Amino acid sequence: MALHALSTIDSVRTKEQVADMHFMEARSKLLELAAFLDRVERATGAPDYRIKGLQSALPLLLKGGTERVATILHHWSDPTINPADKAETKVASGVWSGIK
Amino acid sequence: MRYIEPHGHMVSRTTDDYESMALAGCAAICEPAFWAGFDRKSADGFYDYFCQLTRHEPKRAAKYGIPHYSWLCINPKEAEDLGLAREVMALIPQFLQAPNVLGIGEIGLNKNTRNELKILEAHIDLAVQHHQLILVHTPHLEDKRKGTRLIVDALKSHGKVKPERVIIDHVEEHTFREVVEQGFWAGITLYPESKASPQRAVDMLETISSQNVWLNSACDWGHSDPLAVPKAALEMRRRGHSVEVVDRLIYQNPLQFLSQCAKFKDPGVIA
Ligand SMILES: [Zn+2]
Repeated sequence: MALHALSTIDSVRTKEQVADMHFMEARSKLLELAAFLDRVERATGAPDYRIKGLQSALPLLLKGGTERVATILHHWSDPTINPADKAETKVASGVWSGIK
Repeated sequence: MRYIEPHGHMVSRTTDDYESMALAGCAAICEPAFWAGFDRKSADGFYDYFCQLTRHEPKRAAKYGIPHYSWLCINPKEAEDLGLAREVMALIPQFLQAPNVLGIGEIGLNKNTRNELKILEAHIDLAVQHHQLILVHTPHLEDKRKGTRLIVDALKSHGKVKPERVIIDHVEEHTFREVVEQGFWAGITLYPESKASPQRAVDMLETISSQNVWLNSACDWGHSDPLAVPKAALEMRRRGHSVEVVDRLIYQNPLQFLSQCAKFKDPGVIA
């Protein structure tokens, strides 16, 4: 099936316009992430696989292209194919526990 | 502004939420059956829940002038117990004639287990036998991609499922394209943390597809926002999309899908 995205509005939007609209929000989220990583660093105990998973995605932010979100979501996804024999838990943690 | 909330768990919300939604232009709400946040111990608990969805909640919504519709199933989080799941499924046909029931949902997978998959397949079969629309929940977070693929395979391998009568909900950037490319409808869920933000949702509409897709808040007992759909509309307007385009996304698209069930009435709200 052919997909129809909204419009060509992106191509008429300038980088400055996007920054005017969303820069402060993105800046604030980056600082929140930095603060979170500092907080983790100050804490005691063994490393947490979720934090490792989060950190392993950071280099993907610096790659070019327009698919960063999808790339990161794929990176965090369970790569297995077959159904699990049973559920060990009902919840998902946000990153696949097997990420190296 | 007018909009349809095609996925809201209103039994978890207050009358203040109904009022806010009505004031924001909500013209209809559809409520899929879901997990209560704890496991129900017997089929009787589900019987009561189905009564709540088909008889009581519509009355609560009516006090705010909003038509209320529902979808029925046993959700995947409670599908590990095959015995209970089959008992609950046996209750569903007697409720399908209720005037506000639109179909079977939200079925799907949670941790992508064999038992969840068996109950998903049984629900698909139930829907096909009773000519019902299907609303599918895809798993959370790291389980979503694998679960979406297993769900699409199950729907396609059934043989009698019409993809245009199925909406696969909670798509994100890594699953949206494959869902709509296979002819299914997709739902983008707007959640404060664990799914899409209004900004990401509008990015997806701009870059992947604005057809065969609806936006929903899936507001429930967890961290969620019953006004998420109008907030996405505001994001579209800020970016320069016309009132007509916004109306298509938040009103006409859900109306197009839901009208495949004759029980869903066009709310008739003027744009
Ligand atoms: Zn839901």
